[in-house]
Amino acid sequence: MSNTLSTPLKMAPKVKPKAGRDDWVMRAFIIVIGLYLIVTLAFPLYAMLSKSVNTYAFDLSRFEIQINKGQGWSKPTTIAELNQQVKKHKPADLKTSSDGRLSVVDMIEGFSFRSPTLYRLRNTQDGGAFLNGSERVTDTQWHEFTSNKFRRVFLKPVGATGLDNFVQYFSNPSLFNSIFNSLFIAIVSMVITITLAFTFAYAMARSKMRFKGVFKIITMMPILVPSLLPGIALVYLFGNQGIFKFLMGDQTIYGPIGIIAGSVFFTFPHAMIIIQTSLSISDARLYEASDALGASKMKTFFTVTLPGARYGLISAAFVVFNLVITDFGLPKVIGGQFNVLAVDIYKQVIGQQNFEMGAVVSVVLLIPAMLAFTIDRIVQKKQTSQLSARSVPYEPKVNKRFDRIMFTYCAIVGAFILMVLLICQYAALIKFWPYDLSLSLTNYNFDVMDGGGWSSFTNSLKLAVMVSFIGTIVVFTGAYMVEKAPGFGFGRGVFQFLAMLPMAIPGMVLGLAYIFFFNNPDNPLNVIYGTLTIMVICTVTHFYTVTHLTSLTALKQMDKEFESVSASLKQPFYKLFARVTVPVCMPAILDISIYLFVNAMTTVSALIFIYSPDTTLASIAMLNMDDAGDIAPAAAMGMMIFYANATARLIHYLLSKRLYGTTQAWRTR
Amino acid sequence: MGDQSPFLKIRNLTKMFGTFTALKDISLDVDEGEFICFLGPSGCGKTTFLRAIAGLDIQTSGSIEQAGKDISPLPPAERDFGIVFQSYALFPNLTVFRNIAYGLENAGRSKAEIRKRVAELLDMVGLGDQADKYPAQLSGGQQQRIALARALATSPGLLLLDEPLSALDAKVRTFLRHEIKDLQDKLGITTVMVTHDQEEALTMADRIVVMDHGTIEQVGTPLEIYREPATLFVADFIGEMNQLAAIADAKNHVTIGNHSFVCNEHNKEVGTRGVMTIRPEDVVPQPKNSKNKGSNVITVTIKEMEFLGSFWRATLIDKSLGQQELVADFSINAVSRMSLDEGAVIKVDLPQQSLRFYEARR
Repeated sequence: MSNTLSTPLKMAPKVKPKAGRDDWVMRAFIIVIGLYLIVTLAFPLYAMLSKSVNTYAFDLSRFEIQINKGQGWSKPTTIAELNQQVKKHKPADLKTSSDGRLSVVDMIEGFSFRSPTLYRLRNTQDGGAFLNGSERVTDTQWHEFTSNKFRRVFLKPVGATGLDNFVQYFSNPSLFNSIFNSLFIAIVSMVITITLAFTFAYAMARSKMRFKGVFKIITMMPILVPSLLPGIALVYLFGNQGIFKFLMGDQTIYGPIGIIAGSVFFTFPHAMIIIQTSLSISDARLYEASDALGASKMKTFFTVTLPGARYGLISAAFVVFNLVITDFGLPKVIGGQFNVLAVDIYKQVIGQQNFEMGAVVSVVLLIPAMLAFTIDRIVQKKQTSQLSARSVPYEPKVNKRFDRIMFTYCAIVGAFILMVLLICQYAALIKFWPYDLSLSLTNYNFDVMDGGGWSSFTNSLKLAVMVSFIGTIVVFTGAYMVEKAPGFGFGRGVFQFLAMLPMAIPGMVLGLAYIFFFNNPDNPLNVIYGTLTIMVICTVTHFYTVTHLTSLTALKQMDKEFESVSASLKQPFYKLFARVTVPVCMPAILDISIYLFVNAMTTVSALIFIYSPDTTLASIAMLNMDDAGDIAPAAAMGMMIFYANATARLIHYLLSKRLYGTTQAWRTR
Repeated sequence: MGDQSPFLKIRNLTKMFGTFTALKDISLDVDEGEFICFLGPSGCGKTTFLRAIAGLDIQTSGSIEQAGKDISPLPPAERDFGIVFQSYALFPNLTVFRNIAYGLENAGRSKAEIRKRVAELLDMVGLGDQADKYPAQLSGGQQQRIALARALATSPGLLLLDEPLSALDAKVRTFLRHEIKDLQDKLGITTVMVTHDQEEALTMADRIVVMDHGTIEQVGTPLEIYREPATLFVADFIGEMNQLAAIADAKNHVTIGNHSFVCNEHNKEVGTRGVMTIRPEDVVPQPKNSKNKGSNVITVTIKEMEFLGSFWRATLIDKSLGQQELVADFSINAVSRMSLDEGAVIKVDLPQQSLRFYEARR
């Protein structure tokens, strides 16, 4: 029989693969979750970007006026001509924001609302607008007013697109100086945190000191509190009535020193985790080789240890930089007169209602955040490729002197972290710092203070549970579809990009973007504005990237042929997903849920713009109480967040442990 | 083989990955109940070919018919096959029982039926007492057999094996070769196996498909592939083969240096440059007093001898071979009988039917 049939080569028709039912369902999932990201991320960001280039100015030539002082109507003149006659507004005065309104009667000499004079006003072009009381008039008809009515007529500005807002921003030193301030604190905090965290991680990975487990727990504590909590602690320690005020000399803690000190506190665990990972993957064989070649400890450190950890160090540096430059809570509490970008956004939007300028500052803040994020991603890719399956983990040997030095160092760092938490707890229990140091629970009487009372704490719990639950489902399902759906390259590419984007977007920027997008009355989604729903959505989106990456890492460890086997056995993908994928990935899923819970409890930045009186949160209550001078209650609330998170952590730990005992039994041989 | 239409009918299969052509216009027929091996070096396209048959990576063009039905565009779930991967892809969190039962559920079978079928399959692969263990608690060979049982659970018409034995150590591998082959014989299921291990292919397959660079080099029974390699690639890839630079002579003659050998017909033009091949075991040493004056008998010097357990491997040189080395395997018997040793000058016969000529690869 003939086996290979030689047929003349011709352009054969392409086979068009038929998509199975699973393929369609998976694509539908990708599209649904992709749409979720588009609506909750891409659209709001677009709204914010376009807001930053929206400029508004009164165009007086677009209005015509006629006056009748009892002798018939005057010839129509434009308001621009009127303004020239009275020399009321200079051109620069006519720039405004979208909410701007300009009184007409201010430009009429000798106007009196009691005079019998009649007025007529009209737009000369379609789309022009003036307000008659609260009614918006956009047609080009003449409208007649009495003097009394006419005083309530206001002109509306014309919108245009341009970089005027940016020009305005950069010509105002009090605004653009914040760029240097932000960069300054971010870089200084980065250097200090990396130095401290590297030494700590080195002690953990390379010494045989005791109590490593305790140190590990202590260093992770800062993650459990909002970034403004160290600010409050610093006030008690070094503030005007602080315990250690004398140490400050003629310096003040309210300013860069406070921001940097607090930033080091809250970024320390993030840097620690990354550096420790990079130290723990180094190959023992390199150390043996270095030893065998007779290299000194110093030389080994500089030729083996540091180069091995370099990606971890760079990555940690950018993560810290990013955390500090985008942080809002801490500089708000302890920044004093020292302006930084994140707080500027808040001041522009909440303080001055200048949304366009808020958007401009957001765009400015986006640039360093995006840059740091991009560099971090590139470096992380390199780090993973550096791992080899044959590496032998390094096992430190006992060295009494070295271990003692390292222990002392770690004990000091640990004591500082504990002190920050303890001082807050102490202050929360004191009647009236520093005059009446007797213990009392009055500071826990949140209901009589600004900030939303105890309900803000229960709101926070509600939010955290919902974010944790919904977020985990959305993120993990999305990651599964992207990782496992066959074909559909374009859709998956778009999805991947959207999933990575949130990490590069500072919370303040996201929150402001949500105002622009969801508070727009033309948006049908406007109904969720001011509800807990929008806060859940915002928080899930805000923390999407890290959880997405965690999911992907877990999914990539699964045998990629599971789907093929399941399909060959004619079983739908969701059976595999429920029966195998989810149970096997359960540890990662639990990690994601606790990460979301803790972050939902502590986050301030994005939600500060979208909370309503009914949906105040614990972290925001802290900020508001601190603003109102109720620092001790703020500290008390901060510690409540800490205890809630610590409890959640504990439950997570117990759950994971039980899980290993039951559903993960297969892991043990 | 039978004149009924083939079970698998593959025509002009081409698979592109971007601009890279992984499969070039491949056609192949597989009869029902046959055990076919795709054999080739890594990157030759054999796994791509298997995945196209499974619908996991559907071909760019060309068609596949299974049991008379065109399945070219169908997704895996709409085809009829069971598959075992190199990694086995056993579900780690499900017991052996649940793994095998996985494909039996949602198919209108009662719980009792499923239990019965799983027990049957477990007995078939000889692991009847392992039902409640998790895959990680089994040895590699046991896992492999569970994967096989799972693939066969739904009684598919076609069994696909993707390097099913390469993750195992040598002894288990040999054992499982027979197990799988016996099972396949017993069930009569059409089977396609991908392997890079020629011994595996030679011992298991009814027919071997040797592939290289996305094309089929030769299709044939193991003996055909070994004895009559169709191309220099096959000659080189399967088993040990001497390759001596040679020039084609008349239709069944080649010249090396100044010696003309009679070989199998080659149909190459006189003067074509190429190689003459012979397997080491086909070199026949001649007794000192041999009268054999055949044109393929040459006198050579034993340069080196290496003891390989069941035989000796000798490296032979002579100017009649243009100082090219010729490797020959001599039985222990022959060596002691003829007292062959390093440095000895002996006569060897290169039998005509063992000599082949191939044009040099460009």
